[in-house]
Amino acid sequence: MTRLLDVENLTLDFDTDEGRITAVDDVSFSLEAGEIMGLVGESGSGKSVTAKALMKLNASNAIYGQNTKISLNLADGPVDIMSLRTAQELQIVRGGAISMIFQEPMASFAPAITIGAQMVEQLLIHTSMSALKAQEVSIEMLNRVGISDASTRFKQYAFELSGGMRQRAMIAMALSTNPKLLIADEPTTALDVTIQAQVIDLMKDLVKDFGMGIVFITHDLGVIAQTADTVAVMYLGRVVEKGPVRQVIGNPSHPYTQGLIKALPRLDDLDSPLTPIPGDIPSPLERPNGCVFNTRCSQFLGSQCSGEIPKFTPISHDHMVACHIYQQDQKGT
Amino acid sequence: MTNITNTVPATNQKLKEAYFTASQGQLIWQRFKQNKSALAGAWVLIILILSGIFSPFLTPYDASIAGRDKDYLNGAPQVPSFCDDNGCSLRPFIYSYERTRSFKTNFRWVTEEKTDLEDRRYLTFFSKGMEYTFLGIKFDRHLYGVDEGQIHIFGTDSTGKDIFSRTLTAVNTSMAVGTIGVLIAFFLALVIGGISGYYGGKIDSVLQMVTDTVRTIPNIPLFMALAAFVPDTWSSEERFFFISLVLGLIGWTTLARRIRTHLLSERNQEYVLAAQLCGASPHHVIRRHLLPSFTSYIIVDLVISFPYMILSETALSFIGLGLKDPVNSLGVMLQNVTSADVLLNYQWYFIPVIFFIVLVLAFVFVGDGLRDAADPYADTNK
Amino acid sequence: MKRDTLISANNVSVHYPINGGKLLGPKPVVRAVENVTLNITKGSFFGLVGESGSGKTTLGRAMLKAAPITNGIVNFNDGEVNYSLSNMSSKELKDYRTRSQLIFQDPYAALSPRMTVRDIIAEPLEIMKLTSSREETDRRVREIAAKCRLNLEHLRRFPHAFSGGQRQRISIARALVSEPKFVVADESVAALDVSIQADVLNLLKEIQQEMGLTFLFISHDLSVVAHICDHVAVMYFGRLVETAPTRELFNNPCHPYTKALLSAIPSLDPDAKNLAQKLEGEIPSPTNPPPGCKFQTRCPHAIDICRRDEPQLESVGVEHNVACHRWQELM
Repeated sequence: MTRLLDVENLTLDFDTDEGRITAVDDVSFSLEAGEIMGLVGESGSGKSVTAKALMKLNASNAIYGQNTKISLNLADGPVDIMSLRTAQELQIVRGGAISMIFQEPMASFAPAITIGAQMVEQLLIHTSMSALKAQEVSIEMLNRVGISDASTRFKQYAFELSGGMRQRAMIAMALSTNPKLLIADEPTTALDVTIQAQVIDLMKDLVKDFGMGIVFITHDLGVIAQTADTVAVMYLGRVVEKGPVRQVIGNPSHPYTQGLIKALPRLDDLDSPLTPIPGDIPSPLERPNGCVFNTRCSQFLGSQCSGEIPKFTPISHDHMVACHIYQQDQKGT
Repeated sequence: MTNITNTVPATNQKLKEAYFTASQGQLIWQRFKQNKSALAGAWVLIILILSGIFSPFLTPYDASIAGRDKDYLNGAPQVPSFCDDNGCSLRPFIYSYERTRSFKTNFRWVTEEKTDLEDRRYLTFFSKGMEYTFLGIKFDRHLYGVDEGQIHIFGTDSTGKDIFSRTLTAVNTSMAVGTIGVLIAFFLALVIGGISGYYGGKIDSVLQMVTDTVRTIPNIPLFMALAAFVPDTWSSEERFFFISLVLGLIGWTTLARRIRTHLLSERNQEYVLAAQLCGASPHHVIRRHLLPSFTSYIIVDLVISFPYMILSETALSFIGLGLKDPVNSLGVMLQNVTSADVLLNYQWYFIPVIFFIVLVLAFVFVGDGLRDAADPYADTNK
Repeated sequence: MKRDTLISANNVSVHYPINGGKLLGPKPVVRAVENVTLNITKGSFFGLVGESGSGKTTLGRAMLKAAPITNGIVNFNDGEVNYSLSNMSSKELKDYRTRSQLIFQDPYAALSPRMTVRDIIAEPLEIMKLTSSREETDRRVREIAAKCRLNLEHLRRFPHAFSGGQRQRISIARALVSEPKFVVADESVAALDVSIQADVLNLLKEIQQEMGLTFLFISHDLSVVAHICDHVAVMYFGRLVETAPTRELFNNPCHPYTKALLSAIPSLDPDAKNLAQKLEGEIPSPTNPPPGCKFQTRCPHAIDICRRDEPQLESVGVEHNVACHRWQELM
């Protein structure tokens, strides 16, 4: 497996009327081809902003950090995303090598144009196919994602399809240009749970067939457990824990991850009480000093937590956690 | 053990608290203040409106025939100066003049200024002048005057009326026409748009047809017909009210549409449903939820309608279908500028135009600023 | 009607007419709720589960008389009054409003942005004239705000100052300030983050026990319902397909849809193989559904009778009913 995506020290600030907000703070991760990585976090964690940064899709008042480096390794060499400035240059990446699917499929299809026309348009922009070939490829793609009667659906409008089908059509559109990296921003959140199960299965199949990497953003730990190979847990713009899914969910080490898992209602234990994480998430204008989670942490250690940003400590070979508790242990031994 | 750190200093806390407890009006004002051009526009507007209201005091002469200067017809502006070849003085002065006209000058008045020291005429302030009535009380003090003769800082027109005086009273008149027109239009728009938007359904369809019909009435032919219909025996005040009334009666349609659209979406909001689930009467819903939701839009629309009213009245009076002498408005003042004589020789007739451009622009800036500041809640949803 | 039932629905249907169709002849309708019968015991936390298009929201609103009841009877009896919702005088309706309330889903849309929190919570008291003086209103507002764990100093603030979880608590306070007997919570935690969700659910449970309320909890999330409800009813396409006490439903689901729903919930164990029946197919068109059981288009066990006759609710066990022709064979 080749290293597909390398994100190093991604920092993103926004210049707003209310001041400078840090949305993403020193986030690093990498993704192999054929791997699904989950980015988990609640609202305000910065996961969507991180995903959009991969294609430089954030608003114009976004300010990237000095050391931010995002490189995408394509067949003909690595692409440094940060160095792409003009819309022209970015077009190579957007929709071509990297595709994105969104939470609300109704929002990503233009309501007055047929689905087929939009898919063909995408292909014509990014490839040198003829319109006829583009139509063929699109219908085939619709078939591939499990939409029955694809040639009829090709001529329909977005509102004529049900929620699940629209999401599949969006996946079809995203995949028609054969991207190396797919960014899925809460793709199943708006779907019914039975449809969600189908879409998750579909995505896993497609990864096997197409050999691409997926960055899967969601707040639902259950979906991540079923779908992703690796996961990074984010809180207030920082990654607090990352590693293979089995290890992070089986052995959650960061107090935030532990809190998240404890707060989930579990079907296998109907008697256990629901334990929320105490406190409220601070506003991004008031990010706590030191460890961003220290204001709500049940295992708060003291001035170290409120003064120093914890570095990553390995729990096992590729399972890392950013917490002073483990740093202390490390130093202790 | 949870640790709640308070990393925010006290002054910041006060600011935040102020932000959290700010009502809609206060939020709008905050945003409006940050817009420099809108603030500048607001100041200009206030100054102009006050000048219009206090025009009898600010100007030395009456703007009607009664105040004309028979000796200085079509006279050029007399700008006061402080210094000249004969030395400077603390009091500003103007020159006395002599006017002659003859066959040689094509029967055009030629003004010769006498620049000797003893021919200076000094300005006086808070001088006694012609009597005027303001708020029912008679005054005779004016802001400025001149010790001998008359002073015309914007010049005079063909009958000798002081253009400066006429300009300020014209501002007043246009504002008055605009106000009445806007108020009538607003009231009609509120009622018709409100009923349409709140009830929807068939009532809405019928009222929309009425609105569309009124919108398609062509203005100029309508006013021509009205001009023919208005009897000559009507006084200028009656004419004045009539014009304002008609402008209001045909100007409500755009605002009504906007109110209706806003109400149609607002009445489906969940908090309206929450109130209805408590058994709230339509009256409560309108008063507590719907009206406050579009107050800001209404204010914006009102401010933006003003320049349209003023310009409509100007255009109508200019082509003779609106106000006439002795009522002063920009349109009336411009009635006489269309001859080549004026364009070539008496360019000061156009000075009032600058005033009106400034007035309209000020309204537009303020209106735009209000509109940008108007919906403080547009981006507070997640 | 059993003595301790607070509110019951008997063969309730809610149909909405739609435009179109022929000029003469029957007008097409959307059968949002069709022939639903259920009883909610006083003091219970009753869960109503379903996916989009199941009619659960419509049913909840019908039981509050916020949606028209086309057929059937909804009966409300709290010991003091006994109302049949389809024919109430306006006076009775006004009284019913003091006894029943709704908590909305979207905390951002449910609060008027131009009113202070104190005014928002006080509004029901003012509309329904439940208090006689401003001091009394203030006192009751403060009481309920404290119960909902809202900071009393924040009552002067406007909604834009609060996070989603706090706004939902304000919503809850507004619904409870009039001390209703029956509260419908329509997807009230769906828009909240997981940790806030747990917090709000605990709050609801606490308040229910403290104030002796009866809740109808509408949700699409079975795991949430499992933790908080005593009794669950599952709806599909406007019909009730299964109803049972919570434990019983989760340990012994009988309807194929319930089974599919349960197994579709993604488990935290990456190795748990989904023994589930993955549902294929689409839900039928709301305006032109096929005859017989409406689940036939996706049911892996559909046979001829399913395509002909609509199944009725049959008893499986104590308070456990299912509407399926083949439930016995499939157990």
